[in-house]
Amino acid sequence: MTAAAAVIELHEVTRSFPGPPEVQALRGVNLRVNEGDYVSIVGPSGSGKSTLLNILGLLDRPTVGAYVLAGEDTGALTEDERAAVRARKLGFVFQSFHLMPRRTVLENVSLPMLYSGAPRAEREPRAREALHRVGLSHRVDFRPGVLSGGERQRVAVARAVVTRPRVLLADEPTGNLDRHITGEIMTLFEELNADGLTLIVITHDQHVADRARRTIRIADGRMQELT
Amino acid sequence: MSIAPVPRADRFGVGDLLAEATADIGARPGRLLMTLAGTVLGIGALVATAGFSQTASGQIARQFDAVAATQIVVKPATAATAGGRSVATTKLPWDAVDRLERLAGVEAASLLTRVDREKGTITAVSVTDPSAPVTVPPPLYAASGELLQTVGGHLVTGRSFDEGHDARHDRVALLGAHAAESLGVTRIDTQPSIFVDGISYAVVGVFDEVERSGELLDGVIVPTGSARADFALSAPGDVRARIAVGAGPLLRAQVPLAIAPDDPGSIEVGAPAARSDLSSSVQSDLGVVFFVLGLIVLLAGGLGIANVTMLSVMERVGEIGLRRALGATRRQIGGQFVVESVVIGLLGGLIGSSVGVFAVVALSIAQGWTPVLDPLVAVGGALLGALVGLGAGGIPSRRAARIEPVVALRGA
Repeated sequence: MTAAAAVIELHEVTRSFPGPPEVQALRGVNLRVNEGDYVSIVGPSGSGKSTLLNILGLLDRPTVGAYVLAGEDTGALTEDERAAVRARKLGFVFQSFHLMPRRTVLENVSLPMLYSGAPRAEREPRAREALHRVGLSHRVDFRPGVLSGGERQRVAVARAVVTRPRVLLADEPTGNLDRHITGEIMTLFEELNADGLTLIVITHDQHVADRARRTIRIADGRMQELT
Repeated sequence: MSIAPVPRADRFGVGDLLAEATADIGARPGRLLMTLAGTVLGIGALVATAGFSQTASGQIARQFDAVAATQIVVKPATAATAGGRSVATTKLPWDAVDRLERLAGVEAASLLTRVDREKGTITAVSVTDPSAPVTVPPPLYAASGELLQTVGGHLVTGRSFDEGHDARHDRVALLGAHAAESLGVTRIDTQPSIFVDGISYAVVGVFDEVERSGELLDGVIVPTGSARADFALSAPGDVRARIAVGAGPLLRAQVPLAIAPDDPGSIEVGAPAARSDLSSSVQSDLGVVFFVLGLIVLLAGGLGIANVTMLSVMERVGEIGLRRALGATRRQIGGQFVVESVVIGLLGGLIGSSVGVFAVVALSIAQGWTPVLDPLVAVGGALLGALVGLGAGGIPSRRAARIEPVVALRGA
């Protein structure tokens, strides 16, 4: 991969939470993630990795510094524009899945397309295609409550990729899963990454972190590239 | 950041908003019912109150119309004298009946005059019996031929006198049932006579059951012409007329001009109040308390909706955070909860309106009345429910829109 374009650039990003006492969750972080990268972020709890993910996901703003996503500075965006960027360029996978229990699997996967403005006629085929990709075509009309943990996380991954985001952000995606299922989800992530999706995974599981091509450690708000 | 605009058809539109807002309304049927109860009761009370008062005033107006609203009494205006007595300021014309009957809405009219005699007697026998106890003679009235049609009297026997008797000053008399009894006249095929101040009058009929002017049942009635000839009647006392329903307000304006074109102010017309005046007064009397009660219950219902919507927002913090992370704007989140609350209010309003309408119909059936309800009241009740929902959803939806996705996602 020669001179791949940067999809994410952080320049001297600091995020502090006003006190007292004032807490600096991130201190002068610089990060460049290229198109097609697979990055894992590790660190003890309280080290600032969730803060980093929130900033990368446009759920939070850096106190100081610049965040350039897909070549454009996000600092100048209004709240609604940030929502639109989240809808169309980012995908999220959460530790606790965050599926809506009263909607079917297909409806859950279709939800982000409501806000991303995917062409109406394409929504259902795209949701089915995403579910097919994660190997859940046979669960389309089920409700999340009857699925296993691994299946739920696959639904969440399908929901994250259905809008064809530039970057997939996963926050402890295997935190609620056992070792065997964790392996399955990581294999799925690797397949998605092989298809060209940029992946950033936060984890404290060393086995999960080791499967990424790049690993970044955060400790006490400072960042260190491990590989 | 350059964000290509989304074609209108693919944006988060009204249809999407409605679908997302209503998807979870039925999630907890028990809670939904409790939420609806206040609105249902409030709207139901308001609609039923409106319906009851409309029905009741319609009913009262109908009963009123049936008797009194179809009669007018025309009298000369009176003025108070120095001695405290009231005297008529003008005289009615003798042809007042003809003048009245030309007016549209007058169905029958008749002169009616109480004939005052100083110490007159009315007896069925011409013999003066000094030993008989002194009795008060029945009152003597002079009337024109259409009296019975005008006051709605029914002949028990015989016939009424007519315009011919009046014009010829025939000495004929009509007896009210009570007067006939006191005079001992029970049948007329024996051609009985009565003696009024010694003048013999042939009894032509006896009547009973008058709908109005019940005092006539005690009286002896003779043609106006005869009374003028025999008792020097100086002027008609009043003119009574039976009128069509609803003609009262118009006739009240027209009659004085017809009777006294030169001085309409000298004529007094006792016309019945129009139906509209009556309805409004009945409604305002009857409705105020229930209306206020309904409003209070409705207010409680609105607070209930606000409470439950707030609870729902708090329970769905995770969902709200998720939606925000997936790209929902604050407006879209707030709109979702406002619409949810409006739909709940509308639902309560619809059910409440139906309950109110059924209550009005049920009461009317039980009372044998005709239910009267402006359809706009029922429709308005449902819309009022939606309005209550809109008001109730304001604070919770603002709360929902302010939820930060970071906080929401961390918590769940």
